[in-house]
Amino acid sequence: MLRFLLGRFGLLIPTFLGVTLVAFSFIRLLPGDPAELLAGERGISPERKAEVMAQLGFDKPYWQQYIDYVLGIFQGDLGISFASKKPVLDEFLTLFPATAELALCAIILAVCIGIPAGIFAAVKRGSFWDQTIMGTALVGYSMPIFWWGLLLIILFSGILQWTPVSGRISLLYFFPQVTGFMLIDSLLSGQKGAFLSAVQHLILPSIVLATIPLAVIARQTRSAMLEVLGEDYVRTAKAKGLGPSRVVGMHALRNALIPVITTIGLQVGVLLAGAILTETIFSWPGIGKWLVDSISRRDYFVVQGGLLLIAGIIMMVNLIVDLLYGLVNPRIRHH
Amino acid sequence: MNFQKTLKATLLGASLAVIAATGASAKTLVYCSEGSPEGFDTALYTAGTTFDASSKPLYNRLVEFKLGTTEVVPGLAESWEVSEDGLEFTFNLRKGVKFHATSFFTPTRDFNADDVVFSFERQLNSEHPWHEYTPGTSWEYFNAMSMPDLIKEIVKVDDYTVKFVLNRPEAPMIANLAMDFASVLSAEYAAQLDSAGTKEQLNQQPVGTGPFSFVGYQKDAVIRYAAHADYWDGKEALDNLIFAITPDAAVRLQKLKAGECHVMPYPSPADLDDIRADSNLTLMEQQGLNVGYLAYNTQVAPFDKKEVRKALNHAINKQAILDAVFQGSGSAAKNPLPPTMWSYNDAIQDDEYNPELAKEMLAAAGVENLSMKVWAMPVQRPYNPNARRMAEVIQADFAEVGVDVEIVSYEWGEYLSRSKDVERDGAVLLGWTGDNGDPDNFLAVLLGCDSVGGSNRAQWCNEEFNSLVQKAKTVSDKAERTKLYEEAQVVFKEEAPWATIAHSVVFMPMSSKVTGYVMDPLGGHSFKGVDIAE
Repeated sequence: MLRFLLGRFGLLIPTFLGVTLVAFSFIRLLPGDPAELLAGERGISPERKAEVMAQLGFDKPYWQQYIDYVLGIFQGDLGISFASKKPVLDEFLTLFPATAELALCAIILAVCIGIPAGIFAAVKRGSFWDQTIMGTALVGYSMPIFWWGLLLIILFSGILQWTPVSGRISLLYFFPQVTGFMLIDSLLSGQKGAFLSAVQHLILPSIVLATIPLAVIARQTRSAMLEVLGEDYVRTAKAKGLGPSRVVGMHALRNALIPVITTIGLQVGVLLAGAILTETIFSWPGIGKWLVDSISRRDYFVVQGGLLLIAGIIMMVNLIVDLLYGLVNPRIRHH
Repeated sequence: MNFQKTLKATLLGASLAVIAATGASAKTLVYCSEGSPEGFDTALYTAGTTFDASSKPLYNRLVEFKLGTTEVVPGLAESWEVSEDGLEFTFNLRKGVKFHATSFFTPTRDFNADDVVFSFERQLNSEHPWHEYTPGTSWEYFNAMSMPDLIKEIVKVDDYTVKFVLNRPEAPMIANLAMDFASVLSAEYAAQLDSAGTKEQLNQQPVGTGPFSFVGYQKDAVIRYAAHADYWDGKEALDNLIFAITPDAAVRLQKLKAGECHVMPYPSPADLDDIRADSNLTLMEQQGLNVGYLAYNTQVAPFDKKEVRKALNHAINKQAILDAVFQGSGSAAKNPLPPTMWSYNDAIQDDEYNPELAKEMLAAAGVENLSMKVWAMPVQRPYNPNARRMAEVIQADFAEVGVDVEIVSYEWGEYLSRSKDVERDGAVLLGWTGDNGDPDNFLAVLLGCDSVGGSNRAQWCNEEFNSLVQKAKTVSDKAERTKLYEEAQVVFKEEAPWATIAHSVVFMPMSSKVTGYVMDPLGGHSFKGVDIAE
């Protein structure tokens, strides 16, 4: 197990360095520069542009900028946002809880609905229910998030008025952010109705963000279950006279979950990508929108720092998934 | 982390302030703004979204634009005098003006000349301790308006008199001082931050003299303000002002309809009929102080001949563009100035749409089988909501007169940079929104000889036009300036360095409960004087 753990941690170092290089190069490969974009139609003289670029440290050779950047990372300094003039890490830490809260709710929703739906479809293979569930999953998987989000807002917030349109909590509530997680902070605030308001605001964005992972998890669960249900040991269990719920729940599901856990882990990247659009539609102050805005204004430090932090989170989640996988399947950790 | 501690302390203090203000009768207006401010020290930025959240509610300037107009009226200066030679501007400051008292700052004195000197010196003087107070500080608007070349010195004559000494006469100087970058900050607050070693807070926890004081900002979500009880122009009817940051236009409209906000900017043109039909909403509209144009490169053949440029102008069907691109939210442009700008020459006749005439003129100029590029901007702007579509309409129009058009585009920063090249291949779609309501801000910036290779995308340097515009800069008499600018527009029309395309109409939907909102021709959003019915 120790060798397995060390092996997994060892892989993180080259991956991390690779990410720094990709994040650093990606934003600089894009045409346009921050000084030109800041000036807009007004324009900027070549002399003034050189001054601004020098102030930002972008006049140095690329290799030097890269070394400064990597050295900064080791000191916990990801640079200062060109737009807000605030440290990138502070901005990330302010915004990340909002994205994490949304992503967590979305993945819980996707798992809680996706796995039972997949199991049900597998057990009822070929039936009307199977086709309906898999058809719905296909539609969900193909759904453009932007359109889907707006549709839900118009129906549930506009016409039915069941949910608020956007934001994280009603503007009536105003309390200090302790954890950055609105569900927790609203409870800590002690303000009457704040928690309910936070929950109401989470419903639609969670549904929208959960749609694609839910579809993927349901499909993956179904195919994994079908494979397992055809195994000899399942047939033996049935022959022993075990009831269908025990056969499916105890014998089949445990083995079928192995690929499903991997799929759930991989959905973290999908969730963060989906968060960009979901956050824009629902005015959700998270890191997705922050990164997109920063790319469009060529805020180099935010983009390279933000990408690095997100990549770090995805790597950590994948590591946890690998470890979980090892726990569920002993063959892996001895491999 | 230090920053987080400060934020928490601020929010805690701020929440108490709001609770105090949100009594039973407190009036709160929610504005669904389209984006997040980059910061709150206005002079560091150039974006309208940042100005709406900073300079408009929080600060004042020496002079202000009268609400709804581009007329300059007294602000923190009660009056001013200009010397005979036009080189000295002396401002007599208003007495008894209070800065905001907040949870993070309690002023011990009223506004005075030190605040004015501080606010400008930090931008002007590279040796000033606040010139580079946060990493990457750049005073871009101040620089773009050529202030460092223009201002020789700023002198505190006494506590309530400040003198700006210029290097050359500049008639638009007063209008420049009404712009957002000229907002006046508290020198006392800056000194407090300096001694605490937290200079960067000047951009994060602002203090001004404006109609609203800063309460708190949750990044990318909500900005809260409270009415400034001691505001020199009288306390606002609203007790609280909230900006709910809502980037998507369709979502902003849903929030407005659901009563989650009271005012929203930038509706989608497709939603205008829906808004008009809703009895709970009011739709205000105003001609924007902008112009969208197609700039030929007048230094490259055959566009160096005015006959060719004029012929192409006759080939453009502006009505088709207004229908296809503006969907009713624009008007045809005949001058480089918008109609709401003083000195707009309405006597000028536009080049009528006449493809036959265009063909004849091209033939007379000896131009056959002309191929050209038309550059389409990759971004939306009020003066051009869909440049690709506009370029396609122009492509079809030019094809009708035998001119083959290739549409090209680049990433926005690259587009701005490449389009400045004097040897650029092709005509560029671009536009301009006025900064200060002065004609010089259009004519000299976009068409003056000094701007060739820069913001003069036509690369057009006409001696007659240029001398008229330069002369108008040095004259302080408005009637005389008007005459000079009217003449300059005649020269422009004859020479046709651009095809003037359109001026957009700006729409502002709001709840019918909102009263007193006045649209700003300069494109800002101010809630001074606004009230809301219970």
